[in-house]
Amino acid sequence: MKFVHFLKGSGRLVTQGGRAYWLWMGALLVAIAIGAAGYTRQAQVGLIATNMRDQVTWAFYIGNFTFLVGVAAAAVLLVIPAYVYQWKPIKEVVILGELLAISAITMCLLFVLVDMGRPDRFLHILPLIGAPNWPRSLLAWDALVLNIYLAVNAVVVIHILYRGFNGKSYDKRVVVPLVLFSIPMAVGIHTVTAFLYNGMAARPYWNASILAPRFLASAFCSGPAVLLILFQVLRKATGLDIKDEAIWKVAELMSYAMFFNLFLLGAELFKEYYSATEHLLYTRYYWSGIGTHRALVPYAWLSLACSLAAFVLFLLPRTRRSWLGLNAGCILIWAGVYIEKGMGLVIPGMTPDTLGEIFEYTPTANEWMVAVGVFGIGFLVFTVLVKVAVPIMSGAFHSRAGGTAPAGEVG
Amino acid sequence: MTPPGRSLPVLPQASGEDVPAADPSRPGRRQFLRTALGGCAVASLSACGIEDFFRKHLHELSKDELARIVARIEKKASQKYGKNVTVSTAAARPGVQFAYGLDLSRCVGCRRCVYACVKENNQSRQNPQIHWIKVLEMEKARGVDVAHADAYYEAEKVPRPGHFYMPVQCHQCRNPPCVKVCPVKATWKEPDGIVVVDYDWCIGCRCCMAACPYGARRFNWAEPDLPASEMNPVTHYLGNRPRPRGVVEKCTFCIQRTRAGLYPACVEICPVGARKFGNLLDPGSEIRYVMERKRVFVFKEELNTEPRFYYFYAT
Amino acid sequence: MITTRTHPAAALLAVLALGAPAAAAASGSGPAEQAPEPRQVKDPEGDLIQAKPPPFSDGIFPCSQCHQGKGDPTRRTLGFHDEIQEQFDHDSQNRWCLDCHDNARRDVLHLSSGAEVPFTESYRLCGQCHGDKYRDWRAGVHGKRIGHWDGQKTYFLCVNCHNPHSPRFKGIAPEPRPRRPEEMKR
Repeated sequence: MKFVHFLKGSGRLVTQGGRAYWLWMGALLVAIAIGAAGYTRQAQVGLIATNMRDQVTWAFYIGNFTFLVGVAAAAVLLVIPAYVYQWKPIKEVVILGELLAISAITMCLLFVLVDMGRPDRFLHILPLIGAPNWPRSLLAWDALVLNIYLAVNAVVVIHILYRGFNGKSYDKRVVVPLVLFSIPMAVGIHTVTAFLYNGMAARPYWNASILAPRFLASAFCSGPAVLLILFQVLRKATGLDIKDEAIWKVAELMSYAMFFNLFLLGAELFKEYYSATEHLLYTRYYWSGIGTHRALVPYAWLSLACSLAAFVLFLLPRTRRSWLGLNAGCILIWAGVYIEKGMGLVIPGMTPDTLGEIFEYTPTANEWMVAVGVFGIGFLVFTVLVKVAVPIMSGAFHSRAGGTAPAGEVG
Repeated sequence: MTPPGRSLPVLPQASGEDVPAADPSRPGRRQFLRTALGGCAVASLSACGIEDFFRKHLHELSKDELARIVARIEKKASQKYGKNVTVSTAAARPGVQFAYGLDLSRCVGCRRCVYACVKENNQSRQNPQIHWIKVLEMEKARGVDVAHADAYYEAEKVPRPGHFYMPVQCHQCRNPPCVKVCPVKATWKEPDGIVVVDYDWCIGCRCCMAACPYGARRFNWAEPDLPASEMNPVTHYLGNRPRPRGVVEKCTFCIQRTRAGLYPACVEICPVGARKFGNLLDPGSEIRYVMERKRVFVFKEELNTEPRFYYFYAT
Repeated sequence: MITTRTHPAAALLAVLALGAPAAAAASGSGPAEQAPEPRQVKDPEGDLIQAKPPPFSDGIFPCSQCHQGKGDPTRRTLGFHDEIQEQFDHDSQNRWCLDCHDNARRDVLHLSSGAEVPFTESYRLCGQCHGDKYRDWRAGVHGKRIGHWDGQKTYFLCVNCHNPHSPRFKGIAPEPRPRRPEEMKR
């Protein structure tokens, strides 16, 4: 019965809010409606509604998927200080990182679903009913680890929130092993996704050992950015006590990751431009175009500029601790990594294709619509989860009026 | 030589990939449960596509289930195209290892192989237009250099002076990267060497297309448009039967022909005899003659795919 | 299986016209009653069947209809067969008609030794100079064969593809280029 109360209470929380909240929710619902319209057309006509063709078979959807796997993995940047180092300022807010992970994984799974030619056959990847190709197929591994990571985070979050709702602290025996397990899982999901690309000898742009470290570095330097913005919003909107130190520490960790991200990029560029084999063609397509084919060039340099600017802003304590500098840096790094890991990874890997043909891909309106819808769903999930979690964390949402919820001990 | 027909031996296990086939005479618990559930499901649901939804992988089907599935496919296709469509499930013959030779000193780039293949294998014609064979025009001065190849050449007459032509299609690799990456085992290597796709199992993720170094795989980006008048009704389950949308397809060495002992369509149509096909294990075959006497090379050999498709120069 | 075989075979027949204008008229229909029949040739590798008779122009065979007795071996211009004489460029510096066609009996060809060779075995004549091609052709590697990779094949005489009087391929019009990815839309 308590659980029903919990659900009912959560429902009430989600449907109550100020103007800003409703504007935000309205925008998300519009985005989802746009996505539904886009996907309906795509489902009717087929994937030919996108601009993907035999020459470029993975593009906008998979690029978004790759970026979002990184965002999901970034929760680990909160989990390690909170649970391994027991650092209180972050321990109070680590659950928000887990909520982000859940939302990001949801978006990842949705992007895979909209990219599939036969989503009606998703059962084929399940064990027992289907025929998953273990252990050789990285995509089968990816499906497994993403769902395990989602399950781990979901179990931890539901446990902590429900316990908090009942005024109790979470059970360490349940949460701590799962949370510690989620650390290698976070590294695992992104490594597996990197290996998916990395293992393809047919695509020299991807077939580099540096891909897995690059993925992790770019994940850790960009994923938490949305959390930093969220923390500031929550402090103002709900009075939740999030210490400055927590925010600055996360920003500091991100700045190290940004450095590593830029260093690995430099290492890759050196290898390509110095050895200058025929494989340089893909890197050149991205940074300077080939002949008249220059569609990605402005984005390549924009991404680099954003990442560099964000790095400087986050590196210098003065700008890191200024709210303008911090937020500007968050937006810049999200933009930079979104381009670098989305279209900037997938498209040059396939341009030129294996037989030398250059097909310049740009997303169609249909693809934009579907992507907007998926992001809408992801942010909606995140908003709903946060709307329920924060009152539990602050003690405002609990099973008994007057029951004391140990504030600040949730998560 | 048996004509492709309705005799239905269950397709044997794929070689090289771990796909333990359930033994119908010794059902395990999983098999029993599935059969029991399946029996109930079939009785009530076979009229609609639900049976397809809960289908098992091809290698786990019993003879009866496969026969039923094939009969359904034949019926639907015959209705759709107004012809007597047959879907063979002919298995690979023992003692056969197919290989293909392509004589670069002879190919003139006329593309007749491309269109013979399209007619034989029931490809989508316009949106999307699917050609399993791609002919690359390259300059003799540069040699085999795909970065400067052109598949869209147009000319009054071929061969154009100073150019040579290299057709590319599925190489049926012995070490196929596409088979490795498929998440649902929808594509595998058959014992006679042909790499096949089960169009009713493929989920359309296109990972295999990313993994193929030869750009050999094609995707049905929309419902294939195959005019009924041009449909070839003699088909194979793993070959040229009409495909649904959202799945991957590719050259199968004309499995519906070659398992019946015939040459592939591209071999027969080539006006200059640039294409050679046969059983590598047969010392008298043309392909063996080529391998033993001609200058043979493998495309992108450094990727270790070990293809069954060999380029050679006869002169 | 017959249905699937006539597709490429039908196209093949059309294509055989390349470089051999005479072949187009003869395809499928033998000219006069005395035209040589396709023969079964036993080959160590298996059973081979000759595809078609030599590509004679209509009514041209047997040559002895017109030619009786020996002709003048020193002349180098002909009073008939104009179209062949115009196009002749098979080593035309050093060869002329009677190097292959037998002077005494026009219904056969002759080898350099003088031995006679029927038109259905003209490959033996070609093989004298083009030995490497001949060996490859016997193995099925030069030129083409259709039929069964594991059984009966149908082969083609050299002259079914190469016009013996002007053997070099002239080039053919290619089939249309594939559609570019951006041209395929819904």
